[in-house]
Amino acid sequence: MRYIEPHAHMVSRTTDDYLAMVTAGCEAVCEPAFWAGFDRGSAAAFGDYFRQLTEYEPRRAARYGLPHFCWLCLNPKESENLALAGDVLALLPEFLDRPTVLGVGEIGLNKNSRNELAVLERHLDLAAGRGEMLLVHTPHLEDKLKGTRLILDAIRNEPRIDPGRVLVDHVEEHTISLALDAGCWAGITLYPESKCTPARAIDMVEVYSAERVWLNCACDWGHSDPLAVPKTAVEMRRRGHSPEAVDRLIHANPLRFLGQCPKFRLAAS
Amino acid sequence: MTRQAVLDLYFAEARSKLIDLAAFIDRVERAEGEVDFRWEAFVAGLRELGPDLPVDQHTKRILTLLSDPTTEPLPAATVKSATGAWPGLDQPSHTL
Repeated sequence: MRYIEPHAHMVSRTTDDYLAMVTAGCEAVCEPAFWAGFDRGSAAAFGDYFRQLTEYEPRRAARYGLPHFCWLCLNPKESENLALAGDVLALLPEFLDRPTVLGVGEIGLNKNSRNELAVLERHLDLAAGRGEMLLVHTPHLEDKLKGTRLILDAIRNEPRIDPGRVLVDHVEEHTISLALDAGCWAGITLYPESKCTPARAIDMVEVYSAERVWLNCACDWGHSDPLAVPKTAVEMRRRGHSPEAVDRLIHANPLRFLGQCPKFRLAAS
Repeated sequence: MTRQAVLDLYFAEARSKLIDLAAFIDRVERAEGEVDFRWEAFVAGLRELGPDLPVDQHTKRILTLLSDPTTEPLPAATVKSATGAWPGLDQPSHTL
């Protein structure tokens, strides 16, 4: 088995997880910028985090021969402070130029507030102006449906953005069609309790689409599993899906989306 | 997959979750004090488990039922976390 892990917060994980992922067949890992579990106090703190994502973490992954890429932004949980958001957005262009940065992400919404939406629109403007790809976080639980609609409206309102270069992440049964019908890609996140189980993820692939869809573990410091993608692949095989179908979903699909960024390269290519 | 194959693969797991649901209901009923909007939403979701819905609609309908149906952004985000149910869900109390 081979796979690409397109969404994992490896700064929160131990080195043992890199070994386990590579042992399971992982060929590349992508890490979006996210919330640290507490609000950072200054733009300088974000600068340090962006250096961690672009300098330190790729070196840690490289010890296991695993290419490490990242997405950078101010995450929506810290978007209420517009002054801080402005300072962080000013920092981003310098870091977006770095060789392992794939684009702007994971932007999006958390509680669907006005300030969150304003900061999302500023990120979209930045990405559109630079021709960056986008990785978009959709809100949790009861806020997901409304947030997904607001996010897709914001993307539609920015005509410079090609939806085929946008991945709308954490979709579930009530939002996957919204993302796909808008022309975006959809990410299914595999969590032990919230978001999606392996069985439901495969249901969605069977019912809605296996095109423009990827699976990810989004592992972080919470209840999550860095091997969720290969475990879901095993579940697909138990249902009778062919090895080729599994490979398309967990390797070819993320490669097709991420390959739109010229910086994304697997070790063998 | 055939229905028989789905049952072969998933019945034991689904049975376990069904009993967990029943135990949760018992636990809430056994406890003292008032329930809140999460219980109302949970009970409303149970009603969506009936067999009369179109194929592939149960999960989507429950997720939608638990979602905020409004369309305007909030004036401000006063909390960061989600509860799993929308407090405005207007469902009558349910007696099991």
